[in-house]
Amino acid sequence: MMMNSMKNPFNIPNGTVIKGKWHLQSYTIVKELGRGANGVVYLADWNKKRVAIKVSDNNVTITSEMNVLKSFSKAQGVTLGPSLLDVDDWVLGNKTIPFYVMEFIEGVHFLAFIQQKGKSWVDIFILQLLADLEKLHEQGWVFGDLKPDNLIVTGPPIKIRCIDVGGVTLQGRAIKEFTEFYDRGYWGLGSRKAEPSFDLFAVAMIMINTYYPQRFPKQQDGLSLLRQKIEAIPELRKHEQVLLRALTGKYATAIQMREDLLDSISKSSLRNQSRALKQKTTVSPTPNKKRTVKQIQPSTKKRPRKHSGIKETIIIFMVVCFLYVLYIYQQI
Amino acid sequence: MQTGTLKQILLITDGCSNHGEDPVAMAALAKEQGISVNVIGVMENDVIDDQGMREIEQIASQGGGVSQVVYAKKLSQTVQMVTRQAMTQTLQGVVNQELKQILGSSSSMEDLPPEKRGEIMEVVDDLNETVNLEVLILVDTSASMKHKLPTVKEALLDLSLSLNARLGNNLFSLFIFPGKKNDVEKLLDWSPRLETLTSAFSKLTPGGMTPTGPAIKEAISYFRKKRSIRGLLSRHDDEFYEESI
Ligand SMILES: Nc1ncnc2c1ncn2[C@@H]1O[C@H](COP(=O)(O)OP(=O)(O)OP(=O)(O)O)[C@@H](O)[C@H]1O
Repeated sequence: MMMNSMKNPFNIPNGTVIKGKWHLQSYTIVKELGRGANGVVYLADWNKKRVAIKVSDNNVTITSEMNVLKSFSKAQGVTLGPSLLDVDDWVLGNKTIPFYVMEFIEGVHFLAFIQQKGKSWVDIFILQLLADLEKLHEQGWVFGDLKPDNLIVTGPPIKIRCIDVGGVTLQGRAIKEFTEFYDRGYWGLGSRKAEPSFDLFAVAMIMINTYYPQRFPKQQDGLSLLRQKIEAIPELRKHEQVLLRALTGKYATAIQMREDLLDSISKSSLRNQSRALKQKTTVSPTPNKKRTVKQIQPSTKKRPRKHSGIKETIIIFMVVCFLYVLYIYQQI
Repeated sequence: MQTGTLKQILLITDGCSNHGEDPVAMAALAKEQGISVNVIGVMENDVIDDQGMREIEQIASQGGGVSQVVYAKKLSQTVQMVTRQAMTQTLQGVVNQELKQILGSSSSMEDLPPEKRGEIMEVVDDLNETVNLEVLILVDTSASMKHKLPTVKEALLDLSLSLNARLGNNLFSLFIFPGKKNDVEKLLDWSPRLETLTSAFSKLTPGGMTPTGPAIKEAISYFRKKRSIRGLLSRHDDEFYEESI
């Protein structure tokens, strides 16, 4: 019985008009946007507006996702998911197919965007995501199935949004839907109870995932493997404290993690340039010089040893000072 | 609404039965007694043949449960998903029954407008979270399962993790077939956690026939036996239901 619902027999041709049985709205299918385990999402035309329609033969999925989206739209300030526009049934011959209509979130998938535009966006998206998660958690929810596949970058202004609310769960209950790599239960690092820290674990895994797009399987000791993976990548290592705290459930709220991440970001940019100085000198010919600093980094970071972090900071700091002296000298 | 405890048999196998009663008939018998039967077919390098596939689907559909055939590495995700889906399915069945009584025989959830459906779904969600659950796990330990057993063990621990995050109580028990002496052998008595099975599981020596039918039959009787013994102890449970419904 349930077997069928997983195979998604839907293949609705472009141009098909879907008319709702209850609310009598008509939607013209433009193209398929994507399909997942629980249904197919189409781009459609509704009164010249573009909307996204999720169709599934699994009434349970459609109905509970509708419930979540509905309560999101009632809650103030929750902008994480798409807004809900309509819920209805499409009668096709003797079959009744449930669907819901939502805001079309136009953009690129998270990992694809990072690949195109560079890793410098990662921290920004994570900060945006944490701010949105804080609002969601305040309303008593947990996102559950947080993963790059469910993150879309829209804009401009560039902003990260979540799709697929199938995993959204009331706090205190059992997480409804999750994906192994981003699930702390899989890594042996916590329960599947819906708590903010469940999402924050996933956020840390998303950060790790951007540097390991192929992901990697778990081993006996989940935490030490993750630590090893973090330490192998300089961009992750600079946030090691934050990542480890998120992975071990030390953050009770998204805002705590966000603040720590901000701290960590500003600390690591102190290595690249002394911020105080930069803010005072309003002229901006520095970019070239910043680049020189960056080119020096890899060679000092090639073989990271335990204490190289401190040494490297000192070296970089000295180089930066030297460049600034040069720079100020030129200005005079 | 009165729902009682949800009872499920979870059968994990990799092929066709070849000994004893017809497993499809035994699944039907289980359903008659309010126990749903879910089946998971595990493959590794081998594939399950048509006959095996058909049997897996038929057992689940007769048993009012859910079936899924997967590769071993997907087992953890599947086991917990199938169990949760089957719970929803059963609870929805209960809700539909109630609806029929209220609205007339032809009505079911699908006939209601989406808004009403949403409200009912919330009730189903609540029940799903709070209802008590008993899962009797039946693991096929015929020779071809040998390499898959470590994965099965991991999937069961994962299942326990998922279900124990719920507010409702869980009881698990674990049987293997064929057993050392009989068709079926009990490895773990009713227990709220599956973690205790770890040691028992690694001592297994797979081999022999695949008596799926007799295994299901024995499982059914184990539910019944337990119920009569627990009748003495069930005061606590009743309190729980009054609270949650
Ligand atoms: N509102 C939306 N706007 C734009 N694209 C969307 C929207 N919703 C879904 N999509 C696209 O459709 C795809 C599948 O949707 P979704 O993830 O909701 O399906 P699913 O069946 O729940 O998948 P999963 O297996 O991840 O649970 C997404 O990956 C995305 O590309």
